[in-house]
Amino acid sequence: MKILIVDDFSTMRRIIKNLLRDLGFNNTEEADDGNTGLPKLQTGNFDFLVTDWNMPGMTGIDLLRAVRADEKLKTLPVLMVTAEAKKEQIVLAAQEGVNGYIVKPFTAQTLKEKIDKIFERIENA
Amino acid sequence: MSSDSNQLDKSALLEKAKCLVEMLESEQTEDAAIEANIDEIMNIRESSLFQELGKMTREIHDSIMNFRMDSRVADLAHSDIPDAKDRLEYVIEMTEKSANTVLAVVEKGTPVAEKLSGQAQQLSEQWGRFRRRELSADELRSMGQEVENFFSESETMMTELLAGFTEVLMAQDFQDLTGQIIRKVIKLVDEIENNLVELVRIQGGHKITDKADVKKDEREALDGPQVPGKESSDEVMQGQDDVDDLLASLGF
Repeated sequence: MKILIVDDFSTMRRIIKNLLRDLGFNNTEEADDGNTGLPKLQTGNFDFLVTDWNMPGMTGIDLLRAVRADEKLKTLPVLMVTAEAKKEQIVLAAQEGVNGYIVKPFTAQTLKEKIDKIFERIENA
Repeated sequence: MSSDSNQLDKSALLEKAKCLVEMLESEQTEDAAIEANIDEIMNIRESSLFQELGKMTREIHDSIMNFRMDSRVADLAHSDIPDAKDRLEYVIEMTEKSANTVLAVVEKGTPVAEKLSGQAQQLSEQWGRFRRRELSADELRSMGQEVENFFSESETMMTELLAGFTEVLMAQDFQDLTGQIIRKVIKLVDEIENNLVELVRIQGGHKITDKADVKKDEREALDGPQVPGKESSDEVMQGQDDVDDLLASLGF
């Protein structure tokens, strides 16, 4: 399982990376916004994307749109981990095809639950 | 200064000047009449000066009124600055919480690590005596028991320490959230600076040619981290449970 973590704050990337490692996901890469993340996704054979929303350059929602518009990437599971907590934003992310949504600050348990749920749903589909 | 309003009334001035020359050339003219004529010439000059002064006063007045009417400035003073203060308070709160969490883990974990290291040292000494065949049968049995205890205890302690590491890891999430909040405050300070610069320009009597551009793209419209007690409307989720409920209602 290869996972890409996209967040403009390196501390948050490290936190997510370490939490994923604790959950048994050792194969992770990082990018600091959509502009650097998208090319990685297109060439890197990733199985899962964890992205922030508010980033300089390409935002997380635009990255999600780009992923869903890309023939090769459109089925990639995307988990959004963001401080944006407005109802309309969550609804928008859902409409754009996000697979899970976590608001910061979050717990290790929440991350585990959401990832489990996403893969459970994919397996059952 | 515009040239037309500033211009002296030259024809009136010329008339008065000719009159003055005539008066000075004629020997019958009284001093008082000459002085009156000079006064009139000065009046012509002063009236154009006053006109210009009046115009400048009007410009400054209009500029100041416009500046005060600009609702953005009012917003800055009434809501944005107090809001920024609350947000900065929240930054202090979050960094303090994180520091306390990390310190607590260290305080809790240090004795655990010390105990582990103490027991390992003790066992190592006994192991040395065993190798030198200095242990009695009873002591050997007791060492066996201690080794067993050490294995089970060290497992529990390690689990405790690892849980502490996860806690320390999670406590670092403040950096992202406070970073976003501080960036917002920096933007606000920037805007206040622009407004102050504008105020200084008004004071200087210069015309304002370009207004501080308040651009709002999609990213800047994002709200960032929720600050407790702020934006607590129905439109803002109060936590992960709210988000889960909302997503569930959307069929997730």
